[in-house]
Amino acid sequence: MRVVVDLNRCQGYAQCAFLAPDVFAMHGEEALLYDGEPDGTRRLDVLRAEAACPVKAITVEGAGAAWTAAGAGVSNGP
Amino acid sequence: MALDGSLERLRREGRIVVVGASLAGLRAAETLREEGFTGTLTMIGDEPYEPYDRPPLSKQVLLGRVPADHTALPRRRAIEAQWRLGAAATGLDLSAKRVALADGTSVEYDRLLIATGVRSRPWPNELEAGLDGVFVLRTRDDATRLRHRLKAGPSRVLVIGAGFTGSEIASVCRERDLPVTVAERGPTPLSGALGSVIGDVAAQLHHQHGVDLRCGVMVTGLEGDGVGRLRRAHFSDGGTVDAEVAVVALGATRNTEWLAGSGLAAGPRGIACDAGCRAFDVRGIVADDVFVAGDVARSPHPLFGYRFLSLEHWGNAVAQAEVAAHNMICRGEERRPHLWTPYFWSAQFGVNIKSVGVPNMADQIIVSQGSLGEHRFTAAYGYQGRVIAAVTFDQAKWLEFYQRQIEQAAPFPPPFATVDRRTEGMRPVPAGFPDPSVPTHGPQVTVSGYSPTDQRVTFTPAGHGHHA
Amino acid sequence: MTSVALLGQILDYANRADPYPLYAELRRTPVVRDESGPYLVSTYWEIHSLLHDPRVSSDIRNLAPEAKTAPRTEDPDLPPSFIRLDPPDHDRLRRLIMRTYGPPHAPRRVYGLRGEISGIVSGLIDRFQGRDRIDLVDDFSYPFPVTVICRLLGVPQEDEQRFHGWADTVATAIEPAVGTPEEQQAHWQAIREAHHQLAEYLSGLIAQRRRAPREDMISALATDRGADESPMSLPEMLSNLTLLLIAGHETTVNLITNGMLTLLRHPDTLKQLRADPDLVIPLVEELLRFEPPVQLLPERTTLDDIEIAGTTIPQGASLWLVPASGNRDPRRFPEPDRFLPDRPDNQHFGFGSGIHNCIGSPLARLEAQAALAELVRRLDNPRLVEDPPPYRHNAVLRGPRHLPIAFDGLSR
Repeated sequence: MRVVVDLNRCQGYAQCAFLAPDVFAMHGEEALLYDGEPDGTRRLDVLRAEAACPVKAITVEGAGAAWTAAGAGVSNGP
Repeated sequence: MALDGSLERLRREGRIVVVGASLAGLRAAETLREEGFTGTLTMIGDEPYEPYDRPPLSKQVLLGRVPADHTALPRRRAIEAQWRLGAAATGLDLSAKRVALADGTSVEYDRLLIATGVRSRPWPNELEAGLDGVFVLRTRDDATRLRHRLKAGPSRVLVIGAGFTGSEIASVCRERDLPVTVAERGPTPLSGALGSVIGDVAAQLHHQHGVDLRCGVMVTGLEGDGVGRLRRAHFSDGGTVDAEVAVVALGATRNTEWLAGSGLAAGPRGIACDAGCRAFDVRGIVADDVFVAGDVARSPHPLFGYRFLSLEHWGNAVAQAEVAAHNMICRGEERRPHLWTPYFWSAQFGVNIKSVGVPNMADQIIVSQGSLGEHRFTAAYGYQGRVIAAVTFDQAKWLEFYQRQIEQAAPFPPPFATVDRRTEGMRPVPAGFPDPSVPTHGPQVTVSGYSPTDQRVTFTPAGHGHHA
Repeated sequence: MTSVALLGQILDYANRADPYPLYAELRRTPVVRDESGPYLVSTYWEIHSLLHDPRVSSDIRNLAPEAKTAPRTEDPDLPPSFIRLDPPDHDRLRRLIMRTYGPPHAPRRVYGLRGEISGIVSGLIDRFQGRDRIDLVDDFSYPFPVTVICRLLGVPQEDEQRFHGWADTVATAIEPAVGTPEEQQAHWQAIREAHHQLAEYLSGLIAQRRRAPREDMISALATDRGADESPMSLPEMLSNLTLLLIAGHETTVNLITNGMLTLLRHPDTLKQLRADPDLVIPLVEELLRFEPPVQLLPERTTLDDIEIAGTTIPQGASLWLVPASGNRDPRRFPEPDRFLPDRPDNQHFGFGSGIHNCIGSPLARLEAQAALAELVRRLDNPRLVEDPPPYRHNAVLRGPRHLPIAFDGLSR
């Protein structure tokens, strides 16, 4: 699973850090740190975070959910 | 949609080459496929890795919270590309439409996108730069090496340059409880990007977190011990500091050397292109089949007097890549301009710093909400009586409002009442940008001349501009 | 200047079941003065812009004297809660609450409730055994979030019943007062008494947790010393805890009830959710757009004249934003009146936006996701008994008062 957050869009609503605290963490009140390749066991947490983001700043690939912007298994990287 | 024959053929079976396999290159590739390009897509990158995200490197990766290889960028869709990774582009033949690679091969194109980005400006003295313990931070490998060294617990880290990257590295060191000295040529950290009024707040953050911050000094030399390890740094004020690690954070230089002699208007300030991302050649005429996007591009922005802006910004790379990709495969009248309002963020000392617009064009600043002393505020920048930029410290939710003010060329200082206006928000003060003739460390936006034919777009011979 | 006479209709109980045609009418003029006084903002981008506009105040003390109308809904003997304040006071109080409730200081407070949430959901559904009809509101949607908020705050289980009584009474302050002047007088008196009893109870609990702190949020609030600013005073704690309590009582109940109602009106989606329970994640976002529990944001005002969408809202005006209308704005959402569980780019106003965005949103999301997925999984052939169901009076916190559902059996 791969995750990236557009931190230009991010306004620090912290929904992701509430819903997937093993993947996303607030660093201070507003800055966000996250793991770009979280463990597969965090799949639902990551999907919850992605859906909850009020500014839709989170892109997820490989979480196996048809509704995310980047659906399952589209990576054809080298 | 009626397409003329050649464009239709290009979209169906053309050859598009993207030089630069990072954020801009990847997003452009995705956009090309999204918009129906079914031909051959070749991605050329000098690093051996598939596209990864760089901002985490100076934050969660250096902190040790996330491994450096956990930064690969998710794909928004399949791009079915031929990847040529680990092979840098070394030359461009515009008339033959061919890119030469470091491995001796070459790739032909019908349309070319240049997204080669920037690299860290190295320490100018090569001998000193080669000392064990002297680092730069730009790539995943840089981050892995530096993180390994920080983990070993050096007696002191010297950060040379207090721009955004230097300040973020200093912040990480303090969080890792490492003694750190920061040397900055300007009067404050971040003064080149945000001016010294905000820079003073940044300096307070450094001090509050135990950084030995030295402003107004230059590092004049790095001294090794007998076996080639960094031991000491010398400053222009005669002082010295003993350090086992030095991180050179003097900003970036654009990866354009490979274009020397190609006939494109490429130089140390980047590659000039029009608002539609088409590259200019040295005569100031746009090429129809060569496009530019990301950190390496310089393009005119209507909001800022059509000045050519070079933006080392994540969001700019994405937005410009999308525009470039669209324009590469559409009819002339369907081309779009790249009108992105510059947006930038940095996280340091637990504070989220965001800016919108082009602060370093400003002459004045006003703290419109909150308080500098509390390190939570929103400040607006003014230029000739208009709002030109804004910055927030831990107040990102207000930034959109100021973006609209910029886009509407709203009057400065803002003539209205707002929530959380303090006494310091009653009148504007000089923003405190350094004289542009005195370079500071790594401003994230550089503003240059007004037209593609000004003196900066000149043929630049090979070997130019390492220490521009 | 044009004005409309729509607010009265929106507030009129006769239109409670389907206010959306009124909102569509409202959107014909994005920013308009209602003849009853307030300025109404009904279109997506205008609402968005005002929610992020520092000239907009949530502190009704900034209303011009002639714009002051409604009585205060909070305890008049306590300071205003944080949602009725502007920065910097709002920010300070919200930060202090966040220190005990969310990241970065308490990042697992809500996440850690997931087990308890699914346990409460299962327990409530187990009680449907042997029945073929329930009232979703009384049997599930109401008791569920109330129990969760009590666990979160740390109200002992044996006190939950007393607690519910006070909270219910206090919450009626949000409803418009009805009846004779004497009845209204009695209504306000009862609310005030409930406020006092609740405050007294909370004060006792706070004192107790100061002496012997536990893992709950009241203990954390009671013992927090703040970081670089003064910690909450006791009156501040009382007013803000009351707010959290009411919000926990009165909003999630509607989200869950509206959710089941919407699913039962869209049987294909219900089937889809049964087959793919993870679909509940984006589905709850669509629900927050389609049937938001908070329909209107009344009682904001302006610190300066604001020109927007061709109208100038004067300083001190009463400003009502209508997020439930913005959520149906066709300029923002294609096919806005369709319920699409996997709608892309769903940046709805279900929890507001900007600095006053709902602090309870992560909890509400987890609750609604757990509740809807489990109800749909376990209820065999659920169907509406009446449509529309009877609604609560409240136009702001809108939702069914009862939702009778018939079903054939219960899965394990």
